[in-house]
Amino acid sequence: MQGIYLDNNATTRVDPAVVEAMLPYFTEQFGNPSSLHSFGNKVGLAVKKARMQVQELLGAEHESEIIFTSCGTESDSTAILSALKANPERREIITTVLEHPAILSLYSQLEKEGYTAHYLKVDGKGRVDMDEYKRLLSDKVAVVSVMWANNETGSFFPVLEMAELAHAAGVMFHTDAVQAVGKVPIDLKTSKIDMLSLSGHKLHAPKGIGVLYLKRGVRFRPLLRGGHQERGRRAGTENTASIVGLGKACEMALAAMEHENTEVRRLRDKLEAGILAKVPHAFATGDVTNRLPNTSNIAFEYIEGEAILLLLNKFGIAASSGSACTSGSLEPSHVMRAMGIPYTAAHGTTRFSLSRYTTEAEIDRVIQVVPEIVAQLRKLSPYWGENGPSAEPEKDFAPVYA
Amino acid sequence: MWDYSDKVKEHFFQPRNAGPLPDANAVGDVGSISCGDALRLMLKVDPETETIEEAHFQTFGCGSAIASSSALTEIIKGMKLDDALKVSNQDIADYLDGLPPEKMHCSVMGREALQAAIANYRGEEWKDDHEEGALICKCFAIDAVMIEDTVRANNLSTVEDVINYTKAGGGCASCHEGIEEILAKVLEERGETFKAVPVTINKQAPKPGKLTNLERIRRIEAVLESVRPQLQRDHGDIELVDVDGKTVYVSMTGACAGCQMEALTLQGIQAKLMEELGELVKLVPTRAGSLSRAASQP
Repeated sequence: MQGIYLDNNATTRVDPAVVEAMLPYFTEQFGNPSSLHSFGNKVGLAVKKARMQVQELLGAEHESEIIFTSCGTESDSTAILSALKANPERREIITTVLEHPAILSLYSQLEKEGYTAHYLKVDGKGRVDMDEYKRLLSDKVAVVSVMWANNETGSFFPVLEMAELAHAAGVMFHTDAVQAVGKVPIDLKTSKIDMLSLSGHKLHAPKGIGVLYLKRGVRFRPLLRGGHQERGRRAGTENTASIVGLGKACEMALAAMEHENTEVRRLRDKLEAGILAKVPHAFATGDVTNRLPNTSNIAFEYIEGEAILLLLNKFGIAASSGSACTSGSLEPSHVMRAMGIPYTAAHGTTRFSLSRYTTEAEIDRVIQVVPEIVAQLRKLSPYWGENGPSAEPEKDFAPVYA
Repeated sequence: MWDYSDKVKEHFFQPRNAGPLPDANAVGDVGSISCGDALRLMLKVDPETETIEEAHFQTFGCGSAIASSSALTEIIKGMKLDDALKVSNQDIADYLDGLPPEKMHCSVMGREALQAAIANYRGEEWKDDHEEGALICKCFAIDAVMIEDTVRANNLSTVEDVINYTKAGGGCASCHEGIEEILAKVLEERGETFKAVPVTINKQAPKPGKLTNLERIRRIEAVLESVRPQLQRDHGDIELVDVDGKTVYVSMTGACAGCQMEALTLQGIQAKLMEELGELVKLVPTRAGSLSRAASQP
């Protein structure tokens, strides 16, 4: 299927060169990297090479700071639960209201188990209040977890600064960087970040492989205990083919870093400006001057996101939405709600996320199609009149909610 | 993406009766709190005969909300108001060949818009009669409010109780953690503590072919028995005539015979039969007219 794929924050295509690098590890290179014989030894060396490729992309000081896991969520859980086990007397945890469910659901469960969780609030652009953050840091806090870039809007949190503050207060700092790794330069050795999560499938490696970066010297308690794999920090036989694939993907991401921040950014800006110029009552959400180069999240007022996606899909265009109806839970996007986006707009938020494979022709096509789709759906909307929103949309249509 | 039926997709991509109806004399504006969707239903009712001559809608919502609205307008056009009030959300879902469990509230919203519009026409005030909560059981589309109310009203204390009273948790069992949380909360209010007891789920729907003829017919009769009170309320009835392979012949009597809603009623009963028997069956009415209609179908 030759569609236009603008949902790269959800997942990415595995690069053909990555697939090629992986294939031998399903066949002739099938050995267990822990084995002493030559079958295993070569695989062990390949894993080592991959570890160094990841290290390079992250700017980590030591290759042993890279722990391979099964996914971003596992890395997140491992990091947070390790911090709690390592600091049993500390009963408070800090995060933000905009985090991914991989963190929020875990925090909510920890609250049930007796921890006090602090959720940093955000303003209309999704920015945290640093004064509130500073006030919360204390020796009662076991860990702070703040995402590097938000998956819906692409906006950055000031994680480097927040890590410095946590470090100064003697608190461990974790960042969920699954959206940022591979899209923006990262240099962990000069940062005070203690732990970082990344996910392979967000940067053209396969699904089912992730990494937890653990700064040397940071106290650690494994989630999975068993064999000595990953220096005893993550037991379980290595997913060797995927590890090799992730290493290759990291190498390629580093090589494409400039392209990502020039060409991909230019296409994203063109897409956003092109749509906003043609569609009235639409606006970009988040901190638009401080975000990932590949992400644009546009709120189309008075229509609903799933309907937009279904029509886009008819034109072969893949995007994603913060609407309630596109999530399995039926909860409207917590990100949009936390930023105070009115619900008639929040339901129509549509995320376009590009990759280095996105072409100019694709962007031109999307700029052409989106205004038609929006106009078509607005014709069905009770908030919409002949040629624009009805005089007082919220008053002219005030349904009884059940 | 959701697993929508072709019918849902068709009604979403080509909605019927969409847009304002300038000379509407009955308007219902309702929304669903669980997802933020909202719908305006506009009817043109003939005051002489109380017949719905035209029905239009405008919807702020997802694919299935738009499809449900479209289906609703098609179902009720030409109906008398009293008959239209009998249209259930299941009728709307059936018309669309079913909706995913998470999306059943879209059909509920349709039914509520209809009630609100008719109340508006009659100068009455419409009030919503239920509250929707977070969906807990996806197999049977049961939400938290429903479970909590049932636990409270019946003093339930185990997951198995909840399955027996609400069906919630009786399918894939993945929602048992959520059910336990509700139980723990309500039990705490009662001053008790929740104790986990192993759950045995009745395997009610055995594989097709495992049932003996006698068991099959007993189950069919049980289903008919369960819908009978509803039919009798509308002065109708249903009798089992024969079972021939996958075809179940019934006779619709009383007010059910020739009722406009017959096809929909039969569809609903057929769905129940299939669920109960765990196999595909066809429900065929044997009244003279219906039989010839059924026979004329390929």
